[in-house]
Amino acid sequence: MAEKQLTGEQQVAYWHKTRNLMWVILAAWFFFSFVIHFFAPQMNNVRILGFPLGYYMAAQGSLIAFVLMCVWNAKAQDRIDNEFGVQDE
Amino acid sequence: MAAMQGGFLANLGKVYGIYTGTFIGFTIFIGLLEAFGVPNRILGYLFIFLTIGVYALIGYLARTSEVSEYYVAGRTVPAFYNGMATGADWMSAASFIGMAGSLYFGGYGGLAFVLGWTGGYVLVSILMAPYLRKFGQFTVPDFFSARYGGNLARGLAVIVLITASFTYVVAQIVGVGIITARFLDIGFEIACFVGLIGILMCSMLGGMKAVTWTQVAQYIILIIAYLIPVVVLSAKVTGIPIPQIMYGQALEKIAEFEKTFAVTQPYTAAFVDAKGSFSATAMWNYFALILCLMVGTASLPHILMRYFTTPSVKQARDSVAWSLFFIFLLYFTAPAYAAFAKLEVYQNVIGQPIAQLPAWVASWGSIGLVGACDAANAADLFKLCAGVKGNADGILQLSEFRLHTDAVVLATPEIAGLPYVISGLVAAGGLAAALSTADGLLLAIANALSHDIYYKMIDPNADTKRRLIISRVLLALVAMVAAYVAGTLGADILFLVSWAFSMAAAGLFAGLVLGIWWKRAGNAAGVWGIIAGFGLCMFFLVGTEFYGPWIKSTMSWMGTIDIVKIRGRDVAYIWGINNISVGIFGIPTAFLAMLIVGYFSKPASHEMQDFIDSIRIPSGSVRNAEAAH
Repeated sequence: MAEKQLTGEQQVAYWHKTRNLMWVILAAWFFFSFVIHFFAPQMNNVRILGFPLGYYMAAQGSLIAFVLMCVWNAKAQDRIDNEFGVQDE
Repeated sequence: MAAMQGGFLANLGKVYGIYTGTFIGFTIFIGLLEAFGVPNRILGYLFIFLTIGVYALIGYLARTSEVSEYYVAGRTVPAFYNGMATGADWMSAASFIGMAGSLYFGGYGGLAFVLGWTGGYVLVSILMAPYLRKFGQFTVPDFFSARYGGNLARGLAVIVLITASFTYVVAQIVGVGIITARFLDIGFEIACFVGLIGILMCSMLGGMKAVTWTQVAQYIILIIAYLIPVVVLSAKVTGIPIPQIMYGQALEKIAEFEKTFAVTQPYTAAFVDAKGSFSATAMWNYFALILCLMVGTASLPHILMRYFTTPSVKQARDSVAWSLFFIFLLYFTAPAYAAFAKLEVYQNVIGQPIAQLPAWVASWGSIGLVGACDAANAADLFKLCAGVKGNADGILQLSEFRLHTDAVVLATPEIAGLPYVISGLVAAGGLAAALSTADGLLLAIANALSHDIYYKMIDPNADTKRRLIISRVLLALVAMVAAYVAGTLGADILFLVSWAFSMAAAGLFAGLVLGIWWKRAGNAAGVWGIIAGFGLCMFFLVGTEFYGPWIKSTMSWMGTIDIVKIRGRDVAYIWGINNISVGIFGIPTAFLAMLIVGYFSKPASHEMQDFIDSIRIPSGSVRNAEAAH
């Protein structure tokens, strides 16, 4: 594999972007894992297609969000890797 | 062999496409046999032995004598297929058979498992998988050794790995035993060992390579088997075969029935106690369990090591997304199972005259999964009715009905009016789920013993042949010990699964995350993180479970400690937290210990920081710091 060396500065910039992406998705993860479910009793008063909303978010809504977060991370990190030319395939 | 290997990898879609088609054809064939009057027992045998036979055949074809194929499948598994293999690795008997039942009983509270067993993959994706793949060794303890200065850290990581994985694998073999015992009609202890042979045939000869390709095959069977019954049931009940959307209607009807039956704890109500009023303890337990399961997901070595097998860092990331997608397919269906089963019970069972109950009540009652306890002699008719006093009015009241957790998934084909062949299919699916998880766990344990302990710590000069022989012998030994423990402890130990998550979370998570994300963390920080987190977790686990009253009297300075009678013991609940979530104490302790020791001890060396830089970037070589100490 052609070895591409980043300069120290590029390396810092690369990690800065990667880290920011991590924090953003971690915040989204925290929101869909915990924050939103604090309001489950209130959300349950709303029914959509028969589902109480609070129940729906724990049974399905958050799960869909988790799948999307993993796809988002994969795509966004690919973009960062390509921008710095450090993709490994 | 190399040419065959290339041919196989180039034609994965075709191979597994034909496999799936053949499996469906086989199921139809069994259905025809059933129509011609072949007895159910033979159909059950056919399903179990033919699927195990296929796994064994794959295991044999994927035999290998190369170390990197044995430990990491030669790093040739594409993201999509690694996702399927991880799905099967992940979803155990507890997920396949037990989860819908837990949701049936737990309602909203049970959703902690659905959330906890999916959300952890986000953490794997953003915090770990790509970096562990770039690191590119064979085991998780390899990372601890390279990052925290050698064999002390490696040994501690091995201890955590073995404790957590062994606890977990015992529960899996129990699952294999339950299914095999039920469908082959043999004793539970013998069934555990029959299942064990199935497990060993998959993994013994080909290690990770064989386990990977059988797990893909097992995922296909388990997802087909899980979806078909509930899709048909949804079509039957609502007219539309998309259970995941249509069970909203079932939930609505359940709420109406709850008013009629005066149920005090509504099915979908969040954080309520038995009387239906808000309970802060229920809420904190819910969130504690979610956190432990998620962090545990991101720490369990049998899952993390799956991401060592992809060809690249990019594919490791993609593979996490595929994994979660394939897992999601089952987990977002489980609540539909529970809701339809509940509706069936409320609609056609409760309040009905005993003589007019649906046929499935009698057939599953006879094997102790259902109990209709109205008659005075109900306990003689139904095993589950022991201790239930019916009013003998000829009508089945809600308080007189009993259901075993496993019955929800197992009985759904019959509730949906499907032929027995579908029940056989569900058994094959449950078996695939249990076998695949047991395989992954056993391999993780055996690899830690053979690679980390034997090769890295005892005999670094051992040649390839010797290493692989040692691996296989250890695999068989660990499997036999696990089967023996499972057979001795008996069936009621599925809470062990949750313990395994807390152990792994408390022991490994902080070291993995900070090892990648905090360059300053030195050797001492890594070592003390494991000791403090895992040590405290195990202390609380053993203490609360087996010495509850002692914990209550000596630890009262911590705050409220309740004693709860469960599993035949006096178990202590610190701050009302169920001890399956004991990781809630261990995880922050591990981080705290690492941060404090990290700040007050020598920072990681220059070479070490260079090593961390090199695993943070997908391209280029890994600059190992091992030579530096």
